[in-house]
Amino acid sequence: MSAVWKVGVVASTHAETPTGRSIQIDVPGWGGNLAGQHVDVRLTAPDGYQAVRSYSIASASPGDRLELAVDRLPDGEVSPYLVDDLLPGDELELRGPLGGWFVWRPEQTEPVQLIGGGSGIVPLMAMIRAHAASGSTARFRLLYSVRTAEDAFYSEELAALASAHFTIDWVYTRVAPAGWPSPAGRVNRQVLEASTIAAGESPSVFVCGPTGFVETVADALVALGHSAASVKTERFGGK
Amino acid sequence: MSHIDGNALAGPLSELFSVDMTDAVGRCVTCGDESVLAQAMVYLSGTDLVVRCSNCDDVLLTIVHSPGDLRLTLTGLAALRVAI
Repeated sequence: MSAVWKVGVVASTHAETPTGRSIQIDVPGWGGNLAGQHVDVRLTAPDGYQAVRSYSIASASPGDRLELAVDRLPDGEVSPYLVDDLLPGDELELRGPLGGWFVWRPEQTEPVQLIGGGSGIVPLMAMIRAHAASGSTARFRLLYSVRTAEDAFYSEELAALASAHFTIDWVYTRVAPAGWPSPAGRVNRQVLEASTIAAGESPSVFVCGPTGFVETVADALVALGHSAASVKTERFGGK
Repeated sequence: MSHIDGNALAGPLSELFSVDMTDAVGRCVTCGDESVLAQAMVYLSGTDLVVRCSNCDDVLLTIVHSPGDLRLTLTGLAALRVAI
């Protein structure tokens, strides 16, 4: 088989939501990645059957440790193993870092609108971390759509990173927290118009989430005047 | 499970091409649409992929693994343009 596959060792795992967790992996020779890139994970069953899936990287730091965050897809071939069974010390076959399109680089100075649904926050988290770590003063705004407050990945770290250069808008699609000013509901054109950087400011927009979410949001953004080329999307399947 | 998108092609195509292909612009044979491969629709089965045009839904390329080889078909791509 191809020589590009590397073997990583799970260093630790951390529960993020009732159905998802982050996984810290040491990969000798990794050498860091760009914010927004992903890695392919290959699992091999005892009978030789193999499955490969792409997972966004939540980290964007130099060195040989990377972090994934994975939500269990009910009919997934790989995600249930990563969320329920994987233990520190276990080995994983990895290929990457991969992808040069859905990435943010610290030398970019234009405003950036991030829009995530559920675990679609993961590559956006890498961008938010890279933005903070580089001391970038580019305007960052995140619209994060989750079913309920407990379904949010990285909620404490996001709150801690909020600053004059990074602001967060939350959308709750099933249950809003007590006292929340607006009722639970999905992201639509009205929400985007009220809670994202306007097309007139020419932001770069990164959208990641379930396929249906991404396609709804991307279509609405273009209808609001964003150029299709300024809206970069990443779909992870799901409903 | 619905489709994912062409960002997932970065790994499989890294076995064949020396540059990142998610940023490459492909032209669809059927409808002439020109889009980066990252925007195409990708359907997965095990380690195999079918990639369809996001505009007209026709097949752009397939990647099929069997013991000892990897087969790439490019029947739906009239051209690929990569930044150098």
